[in-house]
Amino acid sequence: MRSLPLISALPALALVLGLTACGGDKNNDKITTPVAKPSFAAGSRMADLAAAGKITVGTKFDQPLFGLKGLSGKPEGFDVEIAKIIAAKLGIAEDKITFVESVSANREPFLQQKKVDMVVATYTINDKRDKVVDFAGPYFVAGQDILVAKGNPKQITGPEALKGKKTCSVSGSTPAATVQEKYGLSTSELLLVDAYSKCRDALANGQVDAVTTDNVILSGYVSEAKDKFELVGKPFSSEPYGIGIPEGQEPFCDWINQTLKDAVADGSYEKAFKATAGKVIQETPTLPEPRGCDN
Amino acid sequence: MNDVLDNLDVFLRGFRTTVSLTLLAAIGALILGTLIAAMRVSPVPPLRWAGATYVRLVRNTPLTVVFFLVVFGLPEVDVKLSFFRFALLALTVYTAAFVAEAVRSGINSVPAGQAEASRSIGMTFSQTLRLVVLPQAFANIVPPLASVFIALLKNTSIASAFFIFEGIQAMNQLIQKFGDSVLPIIAATAVGYLVLALLSAFLFGLLERAVSAGR
Repeated sequence: MRSLPLISALPALALVLGLTACGGDKNNDKITTPVAKPSFAAGSRMADLAAAGKITVGTKFDQPLFGLKGLSGKPEGFDVEIAKIIAAKLGIAEDKITFVESVSANREPFLQQKKVDMVVATYTINDKRDKVVDFAGPYFVAGQDILVAKGNPKQITGPEALKGKKTCSVSGSTPAATVQEKYGLSTSELLLVDAYSKCRDALANGQVDAVTTDNVILSGYVSEAKDKFELVGKPFSSEPYGIGIPEGQEPFCDWINQTLKDAVADGSYEKAFKATAGKVIQETPTLPEPRGCDN
Repeated sequence: MNDVLDNLDVFLRGFRTTVSLTLLAAIGALILGTLIAAMRVSPVPPLRWAGATYVRLVRNTPLTVVFFLVVFGLPEVDVKLSFFRFALLALTVYTAAFVAEAVRSGINSVPAGQAEASRSIGMTFSQTLRLVVLPQAFANIVPPLASVFIALLKNTSIASAFFIFEGIQAMNQLIQKFGDSVLPIIAATAVGYLVLALLSAFLFGLLERAVSAGR
């Protein structure tokens, strides 16, 4: 480390290296094949999309394991695979899906202005959001956890122990809001950045004491550097990831929920998970109960 | 809209940091930038070379990269400051390059006869610069300096990606919480920056009139 101070300090470079490593072992097995001629009730959203033969999906481009656009130029991750599964059931091939980057700040506007047909972007379902968009799913439930330096030098055992310490998370994310509102962290205790990789680097050089976000993301960092980090391992929230669609498309929402169930039945859900988030999480989750589309 | 009005305190807390970052970095950049401009016009070649290199390196590096080098590079050589000081350092170092160029153009606008006259009555280089050239130079560069500092005001938003709770982080926090009024929150943030920028432009306008009246 010491011999290459600047290089080891550049998380951007680390990211690039990490991505190349991922690109190497990418297998090209298709998880899904588009349905040849799907039939839907005339005038339904599904029929429209199937007839158009293309779909626009909002996803994150910077979220490891879920939606990450690497050097290949194509986003990869569990969210992306879920979008592909849904598109395939509409008879839309992978190369007819347009992925648009949607960060936390533009997910609702994109759906309200119908710039995207759906958003699959580690999008936690909550009531405020539900007022302006509709959610199908959830297709995954994450739990918030805490990442600390190896050996847990600051004795952080849970979110209550974060008071008076320095905790890092991503600005505008649900996990940041949770520790702020539920556990009362002030702006001097909760330090926010735009990407979790920065939190990881600040934890590595001792500038912060803890990193908090969904356990899937943190597990990824532990698996990268087992000698540096460990997980507190007591999830203290439940973040149901939903598929956002524009308001007032209840039949489309019901159909997506059914499609998710079918994907579990035919094994494509598990395959999608194993190829992405499953690289750091051992067991494939069971599909959460759909929350219903009538609210 | 109500989500904006009910949370003005969040915006205020954020923009307070925006303002203090801007003011402190402006002072730092003004001092550092003037020193670098003085180096660039000094009679000592190594100083001239060092000043020119500083401007060339820093002015042509994206601010985000400067932030990366300061926030993640310095801890590697065991320089550990608070994140606020890191942000201040990055903004000062970056803005100083632009201030230096503005000051240098101001110095060049002062007729050479002024400096020659001061030297001929026995003033040293630094006396000439301090007492004769710089006061006239600064009077000429109020408008370009205003642009540099308004750019600085907006550049503080980069600190939002480096552990600092300022205007943009306040916006992100509210967007996260009020997913049903994203656009009003973004618009309110834009208004926040606009008000601060217009205020700085107004103050610089007063300053410009004051220095031109003095001549």
